[in-house]
Amino acid sequence: MSTEVLTPEAKPAEPLFSKKNRALITDPLNDNNPITVQVLGICSALAITVKMSNALVMSISVLAVVVVGNVIISSLRNVIPSRIRIIAQLVIAAGLVTLVDIMLKAYVYDVAKQVGVYVGLIITNCILMGRYEAFAMGNKPWPSALDGLGNSLGYAWILLVVAFFREIFGSGAVMGMRVIPESWYSVNGGFYFNNNMMILPPMALVIVGIIIWIQRARNTKLIEAA
Amino acid sequence: MAFDKNSNSFTFIFAAVLVTVVGTLLAVTYMSLKPAYTENVRREKMQNILSAMNVKVARDAAPEKYKELITETLLVNAQGKPVEGDAFSLDVLKQYKDWKAGEVKSEDLKYPVYKATGAEGQLYILPMVGTGLWGPVWGYLSVKKDGRTVYGSTFDHKGETPGLGAEIATPVFQDQFPGKTIADENGTYTGIKVYKGGTGTTDPHGVDGISGGTITSDGVNEMLIRTLAIYDVYLKSTNTSTAAR
Repeated sequence: MSTEVLTPEAKPAEPLFSKKNRALITDPLNDNNPITVQVLGICSALAITVKMSNALVMSISVLAVVVVGNVIISSLRNVIPSRIRIIAQLVIAAGLVTLVDIMLKAYVYDVAKQVGVYVGLIITNCILMGRYEAFAMGNKPWPSALDGLGNSLGYAWILLVVAFFREIFGSGAVMGMRVIPESWYSVNGGFYFNNNMMILPPMALVIVGIIIWIQRARNTKLIEAA
Repeated sequence: MAFDKNSNSFTFIFAAVLVTVVGTLLAVTYMSLKPAYTENVRREKMQNILSAMNVKVARDAAPEKYKELITETLLVNAQGKPVEGDAFSLDVLKQYKDWKAGEVKSEDLKYPVYKATGAEGQLYILPMVGTGLWGPVWGYLSVKKDGRTVYGSTFDHKGETPGLGAEIATPVFQDQFPGKTIADENGTYTGIKVYKGGTGTTDPHGVDGISGGTITSDGVNEMLIRTLAIYDVYLKSTNTSTAAR
C-alpha cells in the first residue's frame, strides 16, 4: 500500500492555500455552483428548505459527509480496485451518512426528527458521488478536502437563501424567530396571510430558478455563446 | 508496486475489508449512542402525554414533571377492562401497524391509560393511533374526571403535507378539543367527529377539520371514533364504581 498520498507536503512546491487550491473553494460558490450550475442535489434543495434551521443542519451534514468522504476516498484512491470503485464510494458515503444520522438522533433529537428522512437521502445526493468520482479519485487528500468544502459551501448558501425566502413568506419567521408581527395576520384582525405556496416544494424550484436567472445575468462566464 | 490492485483476489479482499471496517464502525457508534437516543424518545413521549393535559415542558424537564403529575398507568383490553401490563412501554404505533397487517387481532389490542392529577383534578390521558394521508397520525386526548369532557389534546403525524394535513399538530386544530364531550348527557357514546374543514361546527361532539387536509382529517376522525369507543367503556365502568361508592 502506498503511503505517500497521506502527506501532501511531500512535494516541496505547492503552498497549502495556493491560487489553485483557493479556486477549489471559491469556484463552486459561483462559477461552478453544484446546484445552480451543475444542477446537482436539487431534490434535497426542494425538500429541506421550508425552514432555515433544517437547511442549516442539512448543509452541515452534507459538508461533513462530502469533506470526510473526499479525504477518505482520496487517501484510498490508489488501492480502490477500479472495477468496484463506485460501490466502494457508495459504501463509504452510506457509512458516513448513517453515522451522521445516528449522531443527530442522539444529540439534536428535535432537528433529527425534522430532517430525519432527508438525512438518509444524502446518500443519493448527486453532489457526493459527483465529488468522490470526479475529484477525490484523481486528486490528493488536501485538495480533495478543499474541493469538498467548496462544493458543500456552494450547496449550503443556495439552500440557506432558498430557505430564507420560503420561511419568511411561508411562516413569517427567520430561523424560527417571528419577524412578521402576529398582529398583522388576518386571524388577529390584520391584513396579512402567509403564502402557503411557499411551504410546498414547487416554490423552492421557482426560487432556485430565480437565483439561476440572477446569477446568469450577472456572471458573464456562464452565458453560453450564441 | 508489487500487487495488482485490479486482480480478482485483491478486489475481493478490498471489498471484504472495506465492508467489515465500515460495518464495525457503524455498529460501535450505534451501540454507544443508543441509550441517548432511547432516552430522547422516552422523554418525548412523556412530553406528549403532559402536553395533552395542557402542561407544556421542555423535553429535558419532562421526566420530573411526569413523575410529579402522572399518578397511575394501566392497560385496558378491547372490552374496556383493565388488564395486567406496563402501559408506558407499550408501543401503540407498532401495535397499530401489526393490527393493520393482520398480525394482531382486534380483541387482543391493548389500550394504555395514564391517570394524572393536574390543577383541575383527576384526568385520564388516552393515547391513540390512526392513518393520515401519507403515514400514521397519532395523538393523546385528556378527559376530565367525569369521563366524558375533553380537557386537552395533542396530535402529531409522521409526514402529512405541511400547511395542510400537518396542521393537526398545531393549536389551530388542537384548541378546538377542550370542552367537547365524547358521550352525551345520557351517557350514550358519541366519540368526537372531525367535520369537513371550514364548516365552523357547533356540535359538542365534533370539531372542524382542516381545509385542504380532508384525508388527514378523515384519518383523525376514524382514529377518534374507533379508539374512544374502547376508552368510553372503561371510563364508564370506573365512574359507575365511583358513583356506587
